[in-house]
Amino acid sequence: MKPEIRDKYEVVIGIECHVQLATKSKLFCSCDNDSREAEPNTNVCEVCFGMPGTLPVLNKRAVELAMRLGKALNYEYPEKLHTKFDRKNYFYPDSPKGYQITQFDEPIVGEGFVEFPLEGRTVRIGITRAHLEGDAGKLTHPEGKDYSLVDLNRAETPLVEIVSEPDMRTPAEAKGYAQELYNLVRYAGVSQANLYYGNMRFDVNVSVRLKGAKELGTRTETKNLNSFKAIERTVEYETRRQIVLVEHGDRVRQETRGWNDAKQQTYPMRSKEDADEYRYFPEPDLPPLVIPRAMAAAQGHFDFLPADLRVLLAKVGISPRDAEVLVGEPELARVWYEAHKLEPKHARFVFTWLAGPEIKLREDHGPESQLTPRILNQVAAMAAAGQLSSTNAKELLGLLRAHAADPSKLASERGLMQESNEGELAKIVEQVMADHPQAVADYRAGNQRAFGALVGASMKATKGKGNPPLINQLLKDRLG
Amino acid sequence: MINITRPIAELVADVKAGKLTAADLVQASLARIAETEDYHAVLELNPAALEQAKAVDARVKAGEDLPLAGIPFIAKDNYLTTGTHTTAASNILRPFRSPYEGPVIRRLKAAGAIMVAKANLDAFAHGGSTENSDFGPTKNPHDPTRIPGGSSGGSAAAVALGQATFAVGTDTGGSIRQPAAMCGVVGLKPTYGLVPRTGVVAMASSNDVLGPLTRSVADAGLVLDVMAGPDPTDATTIPRDKGSYAVKAGSLKGLNIGLIKEYLGQGLDPEIKAKLLATVARLKAAGAEVHEISLPATELALAAYYILVPAEVSSNLARYDGVRFGHSSPKATNLEETYRLSREEGFGPEAKRRIMIGTYVLSSGYYDAYYKRAQKVRTQLIGQFNEAFKKYDLLLGPTSPNPAFPLGSKSGDPLALYLEDVMTVAVNLVGIPAVSIPFGTASGNLPVGLQLMAPQRAERRLLEAAAAAEDLIGDWSAR
Repeated sequence: MKPEIRDKYEVVIGIECHVQLATKSKLFCSCDNDSREAEPNTNVCEVCFGMPGTLPVLNKRAVELAMRLGKALNYEYPEKLHTKFDRKNYFYPDSPKGYQITQFDEPIVGEGFVEFPLEGRTVRIGITRAHLEGDAGKLTHPEGKDYSLVDLNRAETPLVEIVSEPDMRTPAEAKGYAQELYNLVRYAGVSQANLYYGNMRFDVNVSVRLKGAKELGTRTETKNLNSFKAIERTVEYETRRQIVLVEHGDRVRQETRGWNDAKQQTYPMRSKEDADEYRYFPEPDLPPLVIPRAMAAAQGHFDFLPADLRVLLAKVGISPRDAEVLVGEPELARVWYEAHKLEPKHARFVFTWLAGPEIKLREDHGPESQLTPRILNQVAAMAAAGQLSSTNAKELLGLLRAHAADPSKLASERGLMQESNEGELAKIVEQVMADHPQAVADYRAGNQRAFGALVGASMKATKGKGNPPLINQLLKDRLG
Repeated sequence: MINITRPIAELVADVKAGKLTAADLVQASLARIAETEDYHAVLELNPAALEQAKAVDARVKAGEDLPLAGIPFIAKDNYLTTGTHTTAASNILRPFRSPYEGPVIRRLKAAGAIMVAKANLDAFAHGGSTENSDFGPTKNPHDPTRIPGGSSGGSAAAVALGQATFAVGTDTGGSIRQPAAMCGVVGLKPTYGLVPRTGVVAMASSNDVLGPLTRSVADAGLVLDVMAGPDPTDATTIPRDKGSYAVKAGSLKGLNIGLIKEYLGQGLDPEIKAKLLATVARLKAAGAEVHEISLPATELALAAYYILVPAEVSSNLARYDGVRFGHSSPKATNLEETYRLSREEGFGPEAKRRIMIGTYVLSSGYYDAYYKRAQKVRTQLIGQFNEAFKKYDLLLGPTSPNPAFPLGSKSGDPLALYLEDVMTVAVNLVGIPAVSIPFGTASGNLPVGLQLMAPQRAERRLLEAAAAAEDLIGDWSAR
């Protein structure tokens, strides 16, 4: 598409995100919330199967997690929040009761916002609301068969649906917003946030309008995206498709679309031309909740959220680009945060090890890791004091990862300590210069590469234990 | 010959004393059911009843203190029970067998009561005559050409026929009280939430209440005492009274009773009115203060009820979709047809009517005009009743405007049937307890009921007064 045509239009994007809460049991019964390993329809009871005579009982933990998420989304809880549940009525085989219990006009989370850095600026996306609801079951359509299969293991598992304002304008903003939700959900600890298992699913609403137009264009909703790439591509694809339609004088149909990852295309699923008729009404089986602010606040204590981490990282001089590497890894971020809290002066060292581009410790950093913030700080202190080379520090950390031990003791035992005794090293350097007169002459004649050879020979003479910066310095002093 | 229609307290005492066994009582009950099966009060017998009675006898022998030891009872067939079908008298649930039982059935069994059969009802409890049963109507024990009332008509008729010592029913808009009145038994509708609803086919969730139908107020209190109390599977349950609901007759002296004016107006059978006023005079003579009180919102209650209840009905009946249980149309070749044909074949005209009304009043564009306004009426009604209870200990009125009408006489006229609920629905919308006790006859030998209402959770006060009124009335069939 010609840029001058593309530039005539503004793209308006809003995102709805379903987050599966990390509760032990389902939203309205005591069935296990985790069915990843379960055979179909084994994780069901009369309640989530929708048997006659069953009633929902609200999962307290789900309410707590939703409030926690509300705080992370910057919702200011009022003195007393009145929140209730409603029935959304529709027939579908994955909806065992013939209605979904959700929240219509009094959600548990009201207006908030999400902020994140993008291309050197801070983007703020408004949150319209977030509400609690029970998930549907899962349908599969065996190929070539004249039936479909219903699995109700997922039925009535707790979801929070986060609805954004239509504040996004570019594919990058849409992707950035989704990534930031992913960060927030994990920092708040409210979900397993496993995208592969659909713990977070995104519905992306896209419309286009001529720049300056007041009315929004007709939107399409592309449902059930579960990767950031797919979100970005969906926006790109829909933008192009809709502009082409408008440019040709056609109209965009209001519809629900799906994303075909193989073809990298969206495709129509069902028309939404007729307004949905869900016949919402207050759920009579669940009494409304009145939540005092203090109760919501008690759920919303965070040591830090991504925004706090970004401020700290910037303070110790980590570039915004590098910072995002750590921000995107909540477990490592916590280790860094704790280490920083204990000893701020090693924050850069620790950052490099945890998230730096060269020593990719983070790939090995499993939950069983023994690399506590304290140990990281100890190793950092040794490195800072010149007792460890960066190579040996990495090796030491590798050993410490598997076994808790005293770092300096282990370094000594394994011969990883670096020679930083200036007198000893000076003797070695002088011996190396004596042994390599040609290199000395070359360097003095202006051949910089000869310096490297001398450093290498000195390192070899120390069996790798010499402190490289010190050796450099000693050589330079002597070579003049 | 064993008489199972004696007071529960006496029967239990005899069972505990070894003078009677649970098996004796259940056998007598089953024999009476067989003898009176033409009334069609019962849909299905519990095949394990005798065996369960023997188990109760063993528990009694082992020294267990069972408050309902050996007492045979009948459950309305919208109570889910595992040993039988649970049909709600509807074709769509005709093949349904429940895999679980709710807390009320479990509590009754734990207390030593034995369920002998499932009682007929208007399908899904939609109706006030039990003619709307997909299994055929129940006949009134006092005149088999007439209706027994409904929707707990099978339960009321069974108790009146002596088929069991008591029955349990459900009351969404009068479904316990009205058939009790028409069959000449006691029907108690407890406070909303006092008895857990889990394990009963839902009709209208914000109105549904479970309660006993008995031969006396004392029996009603004894059974309620077992049924009542919160349950973790029903979030709308409330704490029960610390004291027992098995109360004795209280004193009528000084009791402040409000006689609801609106319930004495047009539509009330003149004979019922005259007899009711005569009973009021007797209550006054016994020392009660009775004054007329106007509750104007009651005139809107029926309209509000027939908006709010169908709304909830339309949603509660959505799960009967032919996919997981109940009737699934064999003619269906795809999903759409499974839904359409299963529901078309499985639901009767009244369920369809209520689904249509409910769907309509909840539709966007109509919600504010109907559902929301009806909710406002409900709020107003609650306010007026609360106001009235500041002045009065109890409120009083007839249970039903007419005695039982002939079978088939109103079946073509749903509106006429709805109007029969005019004196009972407000109690459900307000959520207060009420009891219907027989106080006389009209149109010959047809029993009629007196309705007493109390504030929420005041069951003990209600039952004490009702027992006193019962004593005062004496033999109602002679009044």
